[in-house]
Amino acid sequence: MSAENNVKQVWDWLADVPDPEIPVVSVVDLGIVRKINIGDDTIEVEVAPTYSGCPATEVIESSILEKLVDEGLKGVSIKRVLSPPWTTDWITESGRDKLRDYGIAPPVGSASKRELIGKGAVHCPRCGTSQTTVVSEFGSTACKASYKCDECLEPFEYFKCI
Amino acid sequence: MMNKKQAIIKYTLRLGDNALILAQRLIELVAHGPELEEEMANANFALDYLGQARMFYSYAGELEGNGRKEDDFAFMRGEREFCNFLLLEQPNGHFGDTIARSVMFEIFYLAQLEAIAACRDERLVEIAARAVKEIRYHLRHDSQWLVRLGDGTDESHAKIQASIDELWRFTGEMFAGDEVDDIIRDEFGGPDLDKIKTGWQSGMTRLLADATLQMPEDKWMDDGGRTGRHSEHFGPLIAEMQYMQRSYPGLDW
Repeated sequence: MSAENNVKQVWDWLADVPDPEIPVVSVVDLGIVRKINIGDDTIEVEVAPTYSGCPATEVIESSILEKLVDEGLKGVSIKRVLSPPWTTDWITESGRDKLRDYGIAPPVGSASKRELIGKGAVHCPRCGTSQTTVVSEFGSTACKASYKCDECLEPFEYFKCI
Repeated sequence: MMNKKQAIIKYTLRLGDNALILAQRLIELVAHGPELEEEMANANFALDYLGQARMFYSYAGELEGNGRKEDDFAFMRGEREFCNFLLLEQPNGHFGDTIARSVMFEIFYLAQLEAIAACRDERLVEIAARAVKEIRYHLRHDSQWLVRLGDGTDESHAKIQASIDELWRFTGEMFAGDEVDDIIRDEFGGPDLDKIKTGWQSGMTRLLADATLQMPEDKWMDDGGRTGRHSEHFGPLIAEMQYMQRSYPGLDW
């Protein structure tokens, strides 16, 4: 296989590594895998942490190692990269669709505009209405807020734009 | 005379100490928050600070080159070796005290990080760019609480005003500056504390006005955290924080 094909294969494998806190999305969907560097006998995966204190960072890194070792690769290492910092803008379109299907409203707008919560309407992931109310800016994990839908009355989580 | 390398190690450690000690204080609120949302908010904020402390300590260890790692800085140093601001080690008190402490620090820290993100040390730039986003969010949350408490009931107003008045004497230390800060400013293009002070004062003035609170006058300012002379509250804080390493030296997991 060519080096290019090898890189593509590694990306495909990593697309199967779930995020430990939101297992419907993969580490690739979340945009935390930045680059794959293949050397003669080594494979280095560049990973960007989400929040500084995200407790899942180490778990994510060891899941990536485990997956690639299980696929028979040797000389695998992780490089933690801080720059450019991860923002929710790195979440892919398919990642956003998977979040919505799972019942989590994906981030609205762009992190570079410092919106976080508020400006754009957060749509209910179940019925799709924009008539929703924030219940709490803090949810089950640092990255999510709690919302309720004013139409179908279901509570749901919103992935904050940061 | 301190050289550039010594200065940046010291500066990075101070950043780590500030983040770690505030993280430790906020962690104390877990299972003691006034309501569930604040419980989660403070736990999340503590995690952000802890993550920032880890990045600063890891970098300081690499610069130092003696094999010290993040845990060595957090758990294997004594009281006099920590150089955090005295403000951050003050007890949580009631919820208004906690909010006042956070707001005073975060207005400063956000400006400090924004300036670091534009300095000439690549690694500090990366860490600061990441942390700015988190602190902006903390400050937004804590400012809302300051306004809610200040512009709330007579009782909440009186309590939060007393918190501000009581903690005010610890704010001078943030802008005092020393040789380390001078080198970071002059040699690395880092924060200019005089500018940060002006910005802090106008930010604080606006926020206190929104909260219908009085801005205290600058009188005598407490000092010493940056040189390792701490208040009486620091000993119990690190005794708890370092308990495992003191009981089981070398413990690893």
